[in-house]
Amino acid sequence: MISAIHTWWNFFRLAFSERMVYRGDFMLGTLMRFLPTLTQIFLWWAIYDVVADSAGLTGSSTGSGSTSMPGGQIAGYGYGDMVAYFLLVTVTRAFSSMPGLTSGISRQIRNGEINRFLIQPVDLVSCLLAQRVAHKLVYYTVALLPFALVFFLCRAFFVNGWPDPLVILVFVTSLMLSFLLGFFLECSLGLAGFWLLEVASLGFIYMLFNFFLSGHMFPLELLNGLPAWMTTIIDWMPFKYLAWFPAAVFLGKVDQQTMLVGLGVQIAWVAFFIFLTRLMLYRGLKRYSGFGG
Amino acid sequence: MSIIEIRQLAKSYRVYQKREGMLASVKSLFRREYRNVEAVRGIDLDVQKGEFVAFLGPNGAGKTTTLKLLSGIITPTSGTATVMGHTPWHRDNDYRRRFALVMGQKNQLWWDLPAIDSFRLHQHIYRIDPAVFAKTRDDLADMLDVRRLMNQPVRELSLGERMKMELIAALLHSPEVLFLDEPTIGLDVVAQHRIQLFLREYQQERGVTVLLTSHYMKDIAALCRRVVIIANGRIHYDGSLSGIIDRFSSDKIVTLQLGDETDFKQFANMPGLTSIDEPRLRFRVSRDEVASTLARLLADHQVNDVVVEDPPLEDVIASIFSEAGESQNEPASAT
Repeated sequence: MISAIHTWWNFFRLAFSERMVYRGDFMLGTLMRFLPTLTQIFLWWAIYDVVADSAGLTGSSTGSGSTSMPGGQIAGYGYGDMVAYFLLVTVTRAFSSMPGLTSGISRQIRNGEINRFLIQPVDLVSCLLAQRVAHKLVYYTVALLPFALVFFLCRAFFVNGWPDPLVILVFVTSLMLSFLLGFFLECSLGLAGFWLLEVASLGFIYMLFNFFLSGHMFPLELLNGLPAWMTTIIDWMPFKYLAWFPAAVFLGKVDQQTMLVGLGVQIAWVAFFIFLTRLMLYRGLKRYSGFGG
Repeated sequence: MSIIEIRQLAKSYRVYQKREGMLASVKSLFRREYRNVEAVRGIDLDVQKGEFVAFLGPNGAGKTTTLKLLSGIITPTSGTATVMGHTPWHRDNDYRRRFALVMGQKNQLWWDLPAIDSFRLHQHIYRIDPAVFAKTRDDLADMLDVRRLMNQPVRELSLGERMKMELIAALLHSPEVLFLDEPTIGLDVVAQHRIQLFLREYQQERGVTVLLTSHYMKDIAALCRRVVIIANGRIHYDGSLSGIIDRFSSDKIVTLQLGDETDFKQFANMPGLTSIDEPRLRFRVSRDEVASTLARLLADHQVNDVVVEDPPLEDVIASIFSEAGESQNEPASAT
C-alpha cells in the first residue's frame, strides 16, 4: 500500500515536471480563460439593462458609461448575483473540465500507447488520475494570482458577502467531487474508444449537454419555464454538478436540505462513473487488439 | 519444465472493411462488412530458460501478435500459454514484474523529460531497491555508452540513443524473460551492431530468456542459435539457423573459373545457369548432382577454380516467405 502511494506520488511528480515544461502555454491559457467570462458579464449587463428598462426600474441610467449595476431580477438572480455566478462557474469548471482527456484516452487506445500501462505493474486509470491531478495543480499554481486579482476587482458583485462555514465546506467538497465526476465521466467516454474508432462525435454531444445542462452558459434556474418532467430529468442528471451546483451553493441559491441531498446525489454519480470506468476498462481490454506495430 | 509453453495459441481479429468511394461510405453506416483476419493460427512452442530465440517472418506473419499475446497486451481467441507459470493475459502484477517488452516502434519514455526521470519512475513501479537500481542503471548506461545523455530530454536524443534508453528502461527491473520486437528497426549499421553486441553480452551474463523478432538477418545470425520461422500465422520451421538451408534448399551454388575458354555462348542454355561473368560461370544445381555435373565439366574444359556453396540464407528465407504468402491468399471468410 505504502509502495503503491509512492509509485503514485512519483507518477504525479513526473507529470508535474512534464507540465512545467509548458508553463508559458499554461499562463496564456489561464488568461484566455477569463475572456469568455468577460463577454458573458457584458452580455448580461445589456440584458439586465433591457429588463430593467421594460419594467420601468430605471435605478440606473440606461446609457452607456454608467458604472452602477442595472436593477431587476432574472430567475432570482440580480445583476451582481449573475456576475458572481459566472465567476464561480469559472472556478468550478477549473475543477471539472478535463481538456484532452477523452480524446487522449481514445487516441492512446487507437495507436497502442496504452500498451505500456498493460505490460507494467500499474493501473491505467490510477496513472491517468495522477497525471490529471498534476496537470490541475500546475494549472492552479499558475492561475491562482490572476484568479485572486479578478475576484478582488469583482468583490462588489458578491452582494451577500462570505457564506457561512457549512456552506463553504459543502462548496469545497462539491468542487473536489466535481473534479472526480468530470474525470471519471470523461474517462468512460474515452474508453468508448475500445468499441468506436472515433469518439470525437461522442465528445461533441457531451460538450453540448455540458454547455446547456451544466449551468456553464446560464444559471439552470432559467430552465424553470420548461415542462416539469424535463426539469426533473435535468435535475437528476450528473451535468449540473460540473458547474451550477457548487456556484449555486456558494451564492445561497439552495436551501440547506437541498444542498445536502445534492451532495449525496453528486457522490452517487461519482461512484457510478467510477464503476462504469472500471467495467468499460475490463470489457474493453478483453476485445482490445493492441493496435499498431 | 519450459519457461515458456505455448499450446494451440490462436488469435483472430475482426477487421472492418470499407469499399472505396462516398456511396460505399454511406452504405457502411447501415451495413458493415467485416473480415476475419487470423493473425496466429494455432502455434505450439516451448522455450527453455536461458534460450535466445528469434522469430523470423514477413510483415503480418503473426510475430508481433505472438509477442503481444505473451506480454498480456491482448487476449487470445483460443489456446493457452504460460510464461514462468503465469497466464500472460491475466496480467498479474507478479508476472508483470518479471518480464519486459521492448518495441522498436513505440516508446515508453516520457518524451519531454530526461530519460533519468523515466528510470526513476520505473524504480517505483517495479519496486526496485534504490542501491540496486542505481547500480543497474549505471552499469547498463556504461555498457551502452549513454551515461552522459541520461539528463537530456528524450525528444532531443537520436533514434539510436533513444533505443538504448528504451532498453535500459526495460532492463532496470532485471526481467527474467525479455521480448524484443524489432529492436533495431530504423537504426544505422553502427547503432545496430552496438545493440547486438549489448544484447549478446547481457544475455550471456544474466542468462535471461529472450524472444526477438527482427527483419535483419544480421541481428539473428549474431544473436540466436534457435530460429522460429512464422509465416501466415503458423510455425514453418523451428531449429538452428544453418538447419534452414539443409531443410529448405536442396540446391548448391557452383562457381567455376574457366581457363582459356573463349566460347561462352555454349553455356547459355545450360540448366540452372544464374550468371556468366567471363571467365566466371555460376549455376545452381541440386545437391545430388553436384559431383556428376562437376565431373563432366572438369573433363570437357580447363577449370582453374571451383567454389561450391550454399545459396544465401536470405534467398532461402525469402522463398519460404513467398510460398507461405501464396497459401495465404486462400479466400478469406467474410461474416
